[in-house]
Order: sequence, then structure tokens, then C-alpha cells
Amino acid sequence: MLIKGRVWKFGDNIDTDIIIPAKYLAMTDPRSLGEHCMEPISPSFHEKVSAGDIIVSGSNFGCGSSREHAPIAISALGIPLVIAKSFARIFYRNAFNKGLALLEADIADNIDEGEEVEIDLSSGVIRWRGMEVTAKPIPPFMVELINEGGLINYLKKQLEE
Amino acid sequence: MGMTITEKILASHAGKEFVEPGEIIDAQIDLALANDITAPLSLEEFEKVGAKDVFDPDKVVLVMDHFTPNKDILSAENCKKIREFAAGHKITHFYEGGNCGIEHALLPEQGLVVAGDLVIGADSHTCTYGALGAFATGVGSTDLTYGMVKGRIWFKVPESIKFHCYGKWSKWVTGKDLILHIIGMIGVDGALYAAMEFDGEAISALSMDSRFTIANMAIEAGGKNGIFRVDGKTEAYMKAHSKKPYRVFESDPDAKYRQVFEVDASKIELNVACPSLPSNVKSARELGGINIDQVIIGSCTNGRIDDLEAAAKILEGNKVSRNTRCIIIPATPKIYRQAMREGFFDVFLDAECVISPPTCGPCLGGHMGILAKGERAVATTNRNFIGRMGHPESEVYLAGPAVAAASAIKGRIAHPEEI
Repeated sequence: MLIKGRVWKFGDNIDTDIIIPAKYLAMTDPRSLGEHCMEPISPSFHEKVSAGDIIVSGSNFGCGSSREHAPIAISALGIPLVIAKSFARIFYRNAFNKGLALLEADIADNIDEGEEVEIDLSSGVIRWRGMEVTAKPIPPFMVELINEGGLINYLKKQLEE
Repeated sequence: MGMTITEKILASHAGKEFVEPGEIIDAQIDLALANDITAPLSLEEFEKVGAKDVFDPDKVVLVMDHFTPNKDILSAENCKKIREFAAGHKITHFYEGGNCGIEHALLPEQGLVVAGDLVIGADSHTCTYGALGAFATGVGSTDLTYGMVKGRIWFKVPESIKFHCYGKWSKWVTGKDLILHIIGMIGVDGALYAAMEFDGEAISALSMDSRFTIANMAIEAGGKNGIFRVDGKTEAYMKAHSKKPYRVFESDPDAKYRQVFEVDASKIELNVACPSLPSNVKSARELGGINIDQVIIGSCTNGRIDDLEAAAKILEGNKVSRNTRCIIIPATPKIYRQAMREGFFDVFLDAECVISPPTCGPCLGGHMGILAKGERAVATTNRNFIGRMGHPESEVYLAGPAVAAASAIKGRIAHPEEI
């Protein structure tokens, strides 16, 4: 699958309280959650971002709480992919369970906000401005889960059998 | 090759003799936990997959602790949905209102977790139960749904990092100061994906409450779990609180660790994590010039009886500064009653503290103590991220109960020796 999008850059340790502040966690509706995505550091992020844009970040993206509202809020804005140097582990599982793609690659220092990038999700190859970087491969077990349609579809199939 | 405690617990729950870091296993779970924030998303998935029942109504725990007593209509409706689900599925352990406390203080106290257990919780601080020699880790709502239905879940076996702690503790220093020291040393992703194992004579000297505090904050270093060796104190705690049989696992002498850190307890001071990362750690002595507007003594990290006792000792005969609000949050009804019986409530009320019912409340900026723009708090909680306790331009300094109480009296960050 090929993704082409404009880059929004964030730093290291973007925690789940930044991605979606806890005061909004009584909400479960994706659209309302999306309206508050990144609010503490970028209050109008939800207005500036367009569907198809992608996030590029530093290390430990998604650290903090287990709130699945975080990947839901990002996806609600039409962002299909986050590229970061590394991800916090609960966020990593949550994102895949919620259909938000993640790639581990250390590119934040060599890319500018607003640049267009092209990503081949199956090979993990990221291309921009004539540069090319291959992301760390997604663990084979996660790929299997994705091919099953995600954890919830996998569970559904088991229950139907 | 030998195995660590974490590897042994995971192996036993996956029906295997041996597991090693990196391996993907399908493991049986002993308990699945969710709260009023994470259960609603879990229940949506539960409906979506068309599941009829949970795997075992005795092994699913639902705790309404984050926004309760309900802060607004949405929170009230979430709790109502969960309450109806619990009744419909005959969930034994549904906690709300007067039997409810902060989940990670409540579950061990109710005897729901013991050594050797494998627990998943849709809350990142589920790692707290590692203090009992259990494997416990946070998951999201979707993973929790899978666990709730199947009684199993997949894991990648983590590498382990050992923190061997020796030497004698200085006065006032507790588990909070140790874990802040460690996070300051290795960083907020220093234990990313790894198990953090704590042992040594200095750990044996710590109370169970201090050990819960340490395990609780493993996640703030990116850890998958925190874990402790079972000793006489652990067994006494379990015997006093639980009727469940427990299994003691010990790390083999030839177990493999990614790293081993030697930590001299005698060198650990009263620590404070400055805004806006738990790794931004300084000694309380360096921060005396920082004025504060609020103090929170509570949470799943430091809302237990040892914490309230430490605060009461310092607050006794003193008053909270006129420029500061001090909110005390006993973590469970049992701790609340014990604090009351031991006379701590009189001390707190005489000092003009607010005593809150058990709730996560202000720790995550939910309610019951939100900060205005520009306000600063000293809190015994676990996260000081941007906007964590209120306005994005408010600040949180993380500390143990002794520094928090001393700071409340002085209206600035203070060392208990100053009182």
C-alpha cells in the first residue's frame, strides 16, 4: 500500500496527555476526540491538518497512559500513519488494534514540516526530496494480525467458528 | 539457561517450560481490569465482536475510579453503561461508590492479585501489582476486550533489566525517591518494552506500600512491568488480604539481563521530578525557590496508609500556607477509615487540608483539584506531562509524601527538615 502525505512534525516523548488530554476521555466519539488532538501544544492542529497528512516524530511517541482514545483521535483526523524513532509499547499495540499504521524510522531531523513524503507500507520504504530510508520492519506477528483484519476481526472469526 | 521471574511467570501461563526475550506467546490471564475511562471502549468492541460472555465473571474487574464521583453527564452515562454490563454479565468485582477505591490500591487490598498471577489492565499503571511478585501490565481497551472474552492474550516476552539496590536508606526517603532516581538515571524510555526487576537488601528493607509505589512507576521509564522477589513482607501482605493461593517464582542465578544497575540507597535523596517529564529529576534541596499553589497527596502511586502517615507526621501542629491548597486523597475506603482511626484526619483538618473521597481525580486533570493557567502543584502522583493536571500552562512537580507535606506548609517546594 502506497501512502503520500504532507508532514506534521513533533518532538520526542509526545505523551498521550498531549495527543488527547484526559479531560476529554469521557467521550468515545472519534470526531469529538479528533477535535482535541495535540491540543496542549498545538491548539488548532485539528483545523490545520488535512486527511492523508502524516505525523513524523522523535523517540517514545505515545508514552504515558493506555488510553485508546489517543490512536482514535489521530485516525479521526484522517492521519493514516505515524513515523517515529520509537514508540511506547502500549500505544504501539493500541494503534495497530485501531487501524493506525506506525513505522519506526529516525527521520525527524532530516525532514521539514509540510514536506511531501511517499511511503510504501509493505516494504517500509520512505521517500522524500530524493532521499530514501527503510523503516524497521513491522514484527511478523503484527503483520499476521493486520492480515487477519486486526485483533477484533481475528476474535470475531474465532467466535463465529 | 536460566530465566527471570518475569520469564517464569509468562512461561507458566503459556504452558511452556522455557521462554526467552523476543518470543511471542499466547498466555492465560488470571485477571482483566478496566476502569470508567477504558471500559466504555472495551464494551463497544465486546458488542462489535458479538461476544456473549466474559471468560470468567470472577476474573473481570471493573473499577469506577477516574472521574468518580461522576464529574459530568458523560462520565455518569459511562458508569451507567458499565454498571448495566456488570449486572448483565454477573461480574463479581464491580466497584463503584462506597466500595470503590483507586484501582491499583484497591485490587491488592481486596486480595484479587497475588504472587505468580498474570494480570492485564486497561490502565497503564497496572504494573503496580509487580510489587507482589505478579506479572502485571497495561493494555489498551481492544486488547482488554480480547482478554475478557478469551481469558488469554498474546505477549512478546520482554528483556529484563535488574536494579540491585544496597545500603541503608536516609531519613524520609521512600520508594518514590528511588523510582524517581532511577527514571532520572535511565530516562522515560530507558526501560522501553523491558521488565524492570528490583532486588537487594535495600529493597527488602522497604514496606509493601513503598514497593507498590516503585512498581507503579515502571511505566514512566517505558517498562512493560516492574517486578519484585517475594519475601516475608510480601507473604504477610498476601495472607492478610487474600485467600487466593499464590505461586512464588524466583530469578535463576544465571538468568539473562539486558542491563544490571547497582543502586546505592544511602546516596538517594528526597527527589522531585520537575515539569514536564518524570525523568527531569532534581533533589528537593535545590528547588526551595519554587512557589506552589497546590499540593496533592494521593493517587495509585502514593495514596496508601504509609503515605498518609508520612504526611501527617509533618503536618501535625502546622498549617498549610495561606497561598496553597492541600488536597489529601486516601486511595481506598479501607485506607480512608484507617487514616481516620489513627487520627490523621484531625491532623489534616487542623492543618486546613481538604480531604477528598478516593478518586484518581486531579492526577490526570479530571476533576477535584484542577490547576489554572500559570499555577504550580507538588503532587505525589506519577506524571507531570504538559497540562496533566489542568491548564496547558500549569506545572506539576512530582515528589513523595514528605516533600509534598513540607511544601504545603511552606507554600514552596520544601525539604521536611525545614519544618
